[in-house]
Amino acid sequence: MSFIDTLVQGVLLGGLYALFAAGLSLVFGIMRLVNLAHGDLIVLAAFLLLVLVTGLGLDPFLAALLAAPLMFGAGWVLQYVLLNRTLGKDVLPPLLVTFGLSIIIQNALLEGFSADSRRISTGALETASVGLGPVTIGFMPLMAFLSAVAVIVCLNLLIYRTAIGRAFRATSDDAVTAGLMGIRPQRIFAMATGLAMVVVTIAALYLGTRANFDPTAGPARLIYAFEAVIIGGLGSLWGTLAGGVILGVAQTLGAAVNPEWQILAGHLAFLAVLLIKPRGLFPRAVD
Amino acid sequence: MSIAIPSKFETRTSASSFPALIAAAVLGLAAAAPFLVSRGAVQDLFFILTMLVLAQSWNLLAGYAGLISVGQQVFVGFGAYAMFGAVILFGIDPIVAILIAGFLAALLAIPTAFFTFRLYGPYFAIGTWVVAEVVRLLLAQWKALGGGTGTSLPREAMRDMTGVGLLRDLFGMKAAQAGDALTYWLALILAVATIGFIYRLLRSKQGLGLAAVRDNEQAARAVGVDARRMKAMVYLATAFLTGLAGALIYVQKARISPDAAFSVTDWTAYVIFIVVIGGIGTIEGPIVGVILFFLLQNSLADFGSWYLLMLGLVGILVMIFAPRGLWGAFSDRTGIQLFPVRRLLVGGPLGHALKGGPHG
Amino acid sequence: MTALLETKGLMAFYGDFQALFGVDITVSQGETIAIIGANGAGKTTLMRAISGVLASQPGAILCRGEPIGALAAPDVLAHGVAMIPEGRRLFPSLTVEENLLIGAYGRKLGGTWTLESIYELFPILRERRGYPATALSGGQQQMVAIGRALMSNPDVLLCDEISLGLAPVVVRDIYAAFPRIRASGASIVIVEQDIGQALKVASRVYCMMEGRITLSGRSNELSRDQIHAAYFGADRHELH
Repeated sequence: MSFIDTLVQGVLLGGLYALFAAGLSLVFGIMRLVNLAHGDLIVLAAFLLLVLVTGLGLDPFLAALLAAPLMFGAGWVLQYVLLNRTLGKDVLPPLLVTFGLSIIIQNALLEGFSADSRRISTGALETASVGLGPVTIGFMPLMAFLSAVAVIVCLNLLIYRTAIGRAFRATSDDAVTAGLMGIRPQRIFAMATGLAMVVVTIAALYLGTRANFDPTAGPARLIYAFEAVIIGGLGSLWGTLAGGVILGVAQTLGAAVNPEWQILAGHLAFLAVLLIKPRGLFPRAVD
Repeated sequence: MSIAIPSKFETRTSASSFPALIAAAVLGLAAAAPFLVSRGAVQDLFFILTMLVLAQSWNLLAGYAGLISVGQQVFVGFGAYAMFGAVILFGIDPIVAILIAGFLAALLAIPTAFFTFRLYGPYFAIGTWVVAEVVRLLLAQWKALGGGTGTSLPREAMRDMTGVGLLRDLFGMKAAQAGDALTYWLALILAVATIGFIYRLLRSKQGLGLAAVRDNEQAARAVGVDARRMKAMVYLATAFLTGLAGALIYVQKARISPDAAFSVTDWTAYVIFIVVIGGIGTIEGPIVGVILFFLLQNSLADFGSWYLLMLGLVGILVMIFAPRGLWGAFSDRTGIQLFPVRRLLVGGPLGHALKGGPHG
Repeated sequence: MTALLETKGLMAFYGDFQALFGVDITVSQGETIAIIGANGAGKTTLMRAISGVLASQPGAILCRGEPIGALAAPDVLAHGVAMIPEGRRLFPSLTVEENLLIGAYGRKLGGTWTLESIYELFPILRERRGYPATALSGGQQQMVAIGRALMSNPDVLLCDEISLGLAPVVVRDIYAAFPRIRASGASIVIVEQDIGQALKVASRVYCMMEGRITLSGRSNELSRDQIHAAYFGADRHELH
């Protein structure tokens, strides 16, 4: 029975990891850019939420609603002004620039908020839960998982059912020819990063309310996001959710055996998938 | 230590023989440093030399083989732990343990490469980071070496290290001073050997293949260059060098913990900064970069996170506005190369590069 | 009267390599012209320069007298100049219908060409609308590429090597659509290797060699020998 509970907690944790991963996956899919500052941007968004919640006394969900457009704007500008300059055949410039960005964000946060651990309080919701037989489902973990599903549904609708989504895919296929269609790849990229930052804000809401975070928490989130993407297989957001769930379950199972093994168990699951299916469990057919 | 800065005497025809003379003089001076400067200065030089080895290795990996790793700390940390293990558990002499550590790091690179080489381009970078985390977490479980909190090298091991006794008898050095001098000389040898190895590699047939792979992998494969094997070899070689450097650094530090030995800031972020600022894809770049980094570190490290923030900012600006770094900008303007590895078909300022190549 | 589209002393470069050396062409309203020449003569470069894929001098390309030489591709499209690129360059991630729809992304004008009228022009595409574009045959893919460019209701349609790699019977089918396209009022610039086809469709012809226009005139007034000389550089033989 506690095994089932562990499993369920792992699945719900996987929702959070899928939220970490969705933005990374979106940006990579459209411009082949791997943003090494992705985890730090999640932490940055969490601090933004913290300021809105403690400073203005807002409800965390309301704060996320307010932070999302701000983060969209920040992502848009970041991509348009900085990251677009690094795109090209060579993978070195974007990696090194985002690595530098990661260091800048971490240290700026350290300077602004000190190294103390923080948490965003959701009041009574923190402890709210539903009991289902042997399983206890916390309200916030459940919300995180449902949000992940909602985010993936929305992103898929956007990508496959709208004009802007067509432009995303066309630009990803062939940016030069997309230009002949009147698409401005630079703006498409900026839009994609802006969207990724909206997802990052949602991820930050659940990161910040679930557990403590501090300015150096970013790289670990980047790694979880990356593992979820690779386990799931590149190019499929549902695969990313599955990847997140596998990672989450592996971690909670590991932690159940020995709390020190939580993170390690997740990494080992990732390496096992890489060993058996290098292209991930649900790779999208090459089309 | 100073580098062989090309002076105005340097002419087009003697571009590489004159620096060779200067280099010999600098090396002689560097070798004598423990007798000439204070112990603190020797430690500073040790820091510069070991960082230079790490930077040259990363530069070979990223700048020449196109393998951008943000997980090289795995070989620093693993090399350091291997050395600690050999000394503490088997009572091996630290100097010998450094060599063992190098080989074990290269050995670790085999399974590591097996996993990370499956990842496409930019994801390779994060893959290396995951591997570093895995190894850190595993070693943190190793209670005999202190687990998560770490441990120290036994005092006797340092005191009885090969050569320490000799230095004490010959020059009347104290044990600690002799230890510093010894590790410094080893760092000097390692740095020179690393640069020599990379220089020879790049001028060899393999180096030509590497350049071909970097410029156009498909085309290189088409003419029979085995790109994957070439990259794997470079990966193993840099693991060996990085492992040696890691072990050496921790002989000198004499105290280890998983978080410090696998620090991404200390062993990867700084190293990337050094290479980017100096000039990626050149042998001179990391030399220029490490000196600049040392000066910055010495004058600004007290500013803590502001200092790191500034390093990140400068790194980004250089990457965008001067992607070939300080040395690249200098070399483009003057045509000077201290380590000519590019092959030119016709004469001109660097025409001698052709006849210089051992297999050219 | 100002031409709809003209180039004046157009030069184009790939890095240090100069590919066009002062090219002058004019295209009037409703006119179809052809640009012919051997491989490497600069025809595709000319198309890339006009469409904004390759940057050139601001005043070297004029659309209704306005300089468009320095504009990027989306801005050139906004002036009503659309291109069917060499090799079709369909978007593999998009279905046939999505490829057509994206043609109107940057220029949504009412006009002759809608999804419906493209499907009337090439009925087979309606049947294949849900397929991934690259799952179609070469000729059908070329129809998608033409339809995609038409979706912006262009005033000038640049067609780069649309018959390349296609069987003659397929080429005939594709060119059969041209009278309809002309009837919509668009001017057409075709780049062709197939001289016979070019002379049949176009009212005027420019012949290019080594980045220069070596001959121009009305299709029905040019002799085979003249074209042959302009195409292969007959006078060069005399120099050697």
